[in-house]
Amino acid sequence: MSNHEEHIVPYESHLKILVILLLMTVITITVTVIDFSAWTIALALIIASIKVFFVLTYFMHLKYEILIFRALTLLIFLVFAVVIVITFLDYVYR
Amino acid sequence: MNSVEEHNSNVTARFGMWIFLFTEIFLFGGLFIVYAVMRSKHDAEFHAAAAHLNVVVGAFNTIILLISSSTVAMSITAVQKQDKKMATRLLLVTILCAFLFLINKYFEWSLKFHHGIYPGSDVMLELNRGYVLFFSLYYFMTGLHALHIIIGLTILIIVYLKINNGQVNHKNYVLLENGALYWHLVDLIWIFLFPLLYLIT
Amino acid sequence: MSSEKTKINIPSYLDNHGKRKGLMAWITSTDHKRIAILYLCSISFFFILGVLLGELMRAELNRLGQQLISAQTYNAVFTVHGIIMIFLVVIPGLSAVFGNFFLPILIGAKDVAFPKLNLLSWYLYVLGACIAFYSLAAGGKPPDTGWSFYAPYSTQSGSNVISAVTAAFILGFSSILTGLNFIVTVHRMRAPGMTWFRMPLFPWAIYSTAWIQVLATPIIGITLLMLIAERLFSIGFFNPALGGDPILYQHLFWIYSHPAVYVMILPAMGVITEIIPTFCQRRIFGYKAIALSSLAIAFVGYFVWGHHMFTSGMSNTAQWFFSFLTFVVAVPSAIKVFNWVATMYKGSIDLKPPFLYSVAFIFLFMIGGLTGLILGSIATDMQVHDTAFVVAHFHYIIFGGMGFAFFAAIHYWYPKMFGHMYNFKVANIALGLIFIGFNLLYFPQFIIGIQGMPRRYFDYLPQFQWGHQLSTIGGILLGIGIFIMIFNLFKGRKGPIAPANPWNGNTLEWQISSPPPEENFEEVPEIKSSPYNYD
Repeated sequence: MSNHEEHIVPYESHLKILVILLLMTVITITVTVIDFSAWTIALALIIASIKVFFVLTYFMHLKYEILIFRALTLLIFLVFAVVIVITFLDYVYR
Repeated sequence: MNSVEEHNSNVTARFGMWIFLFTEIFLFGGLFIVYAVMRSKHDAEFHAAAAHLNVVVGAFNTIILLISSSTVAMSITAVQKQDKKMATRLLLVTILCAFLFLINKYFEWSLKFHHGIYPGSDVMLELNRGYVLFFSLYYFMTGLHALHIIIGLTILIIVYLKINNGQVNHKNYVLLENGALYWHLVDLIWIFLFPLLYLIT
Repeated sequence: MSSEKTKINIPSYLDNHGKRKGLMAWITSTDHKRIAILYLCSISFFFILGVLLGELMRAELNRLGQQLISAQTYNAVFTVHGIIMIFLVVIPGLSAVFGNFFLPILIGAKDVAFPKLNLLSWYLYVLGACIAFYSLAAGGKPPDTGWSFYAPYSTQSGSNVISAVTAAFILGFSSILTGLNFIVTVHRMRAPGMTWFRMPLFPWAIYSTAWIQVLATPIIGITLLMLIAERLFSIGFFNPALGGDPILYQHLFWIYSHPAVYVMILPAMGVITEIIPTFCQRRIFGYKAIALSSLAIAFVGYFVWGHHMFTSGMSNTAQWFFSFLTFVVAVPSAIKVFNWVATMYKGSIDLKPPFLYSVAFIFLFMIGGLTGLILGSIATDMQVHDTAFVVAHFHYIIFGGMGFAFFAAIHYWYPKMFGHMYNFKVANIALGLIFIGFNLLYFPQFIIGIQGMPRRYFDYLPQFQWGHQLSTIGGILLGIGIFIMIFNLFKGRKGPIAPANPWNGNTLEWQISSPPPEENFEEVPEIKSSPYNYD
């Protein structure tokens, strides 16, 4: 069982993640400026998802938490995705 | 409480906070569903309407929130290292970022109001449906998000005061951890809001 | 396995041992047992109010034409009846009362994970109830939209929609916090040795329910906020004139409200699963199947919401998808029924009130469930949607199911909660009246529903009057039965003193005194085996 209390994340680690996140923000804006038409929004959302992954894993410490936290987080995003897909079964096929 | 019990109760407290974050994700999730449906029905108009939003301001807000997430995360490190000065400084930067975000948002909205673009205005009633929907979503989503910024800000201020008077320290910093988790959530939501509202032109 | 501890002078949770006295001691207590009693009182009060509104509807519908109230008032009555019953009685119901009282005890804990949050949940409940009262009374314009607040009528109706919807929002928040508390409690506070598969089945049910409370309620929260935004700020997600879609409202509403019915029924099934082994003195048949079917119902139940919307104008693809999953979700429920009946086989059956209520539950729940299949199948649903058939179906499930399970639970756990025993004979008479009254009230509604009697209608065609008159007689019998039941339970507070284990049950609550002491267990119990060993 990881002893979260004793695990101190060094300042540098957080700063590194910040730099990565800022870079990805720049990439997102560049992608939309260049405009890949239909792919633009998909790319922007994929990059956003990666940013969310980094915030969850490192800033929010999920990487070092007990397994159940990670499993539940994944589960709820999945459930939400399924709900959107099902809703679109209506709108796409009307 | 011995240290094992202490550790266990901290995990329990964080567990509770994570579940609360899940509910917040689903709360905003409902809005994302509406956005997705409306966007698919009025694609071109959403594109055109989004052009009225200022990407620079949006990007600036994104950057501010990312920085604030890193500083609040670092403040936990500082408390763990018993560096009270650094902890309070980092929290102060976080709080500052939050204020900056809100001030930005205030100017953004004011500009729109000035141009008559607000829910229920005459200008809005003249616009076509896709436009109206886009701006309705814009105001609702950023408004609800700003409300959460205010709540998070309040929590951070309380944590700041408690670090100052020693109630939150290296032996007992659950409040800081949970406050930081809430703040990260606010950041997470904006990470999705930014491209969906500002970058779809 | 039961041990009679000599009761020295250990005060129970009912005695005062703090600084505060009387009512203040109760409404500021963070003891999960006291909070459970607070919920019991509030929920019973609103249940009676809801029943009275129901009886008013029956009185009006008894004969053709206007009898007692106008059409507008009738709309308000069925709306408020729904709001009270759903948001104030049935959704909190079993979780808030028996979940609160018994979840910690059944897992060997001394309280829930966050006792202060638990009290906050009750305060929010009371706040929501007060706002609901306000919406009922203010300006003489109680909401008239139906408890489902469908757009576009709800965004335009002149009645008190905003306050009603605000009440529902706050009540939802109360539900979320309770669910959160229970999830963390089950994960983190089980006694040493109590692995997941040594946990009794009521905690499994409460745990599954808690996940629905936590993940579904926020969706209706945001939907109600959107409703308010549309009424106040012309933000028109559901208004075609402003670019919106009314069917989107229905999607969002039912994404919560369908899982909500599993919030109602899962704890009910959990209670029945506890009562049957005790009164058959046999281990439950298929423990793992029941535990996992609770989770399965919670999970799959999340994706079937569209079966409330078959006639709304949804796409065909969505229709068959939802219909298919609706049939899938019926399977875990059926599994439970088989397991309950299998448990009874060759059991040493004791026909006490809790068991009789449980048998009634199984009978009524099955009728409700089977008629649900008629509703879940698109072709037949076209005929019966929005008719009295639906009203009968959901009353069989919610009232016959969750309601009877609530009655079963209170008769089962009464001696533990209050330390006294009620009169069995009177309890059985009440049960008989309730059962007969219930069936007489709702069964005719199936028939006239198929024949075309619409729901939420103030008046009707003459060919339906026979059904309504039968229903009214049933309603009267039901009301009398409920009154006798409550009166009997009330009198039971002065009845004979109950022992710690009057039913020879095996789960942890029967190993402590009746009523339990404040911290439940004198020493932390150590669990070495499964809870249903009757051999």
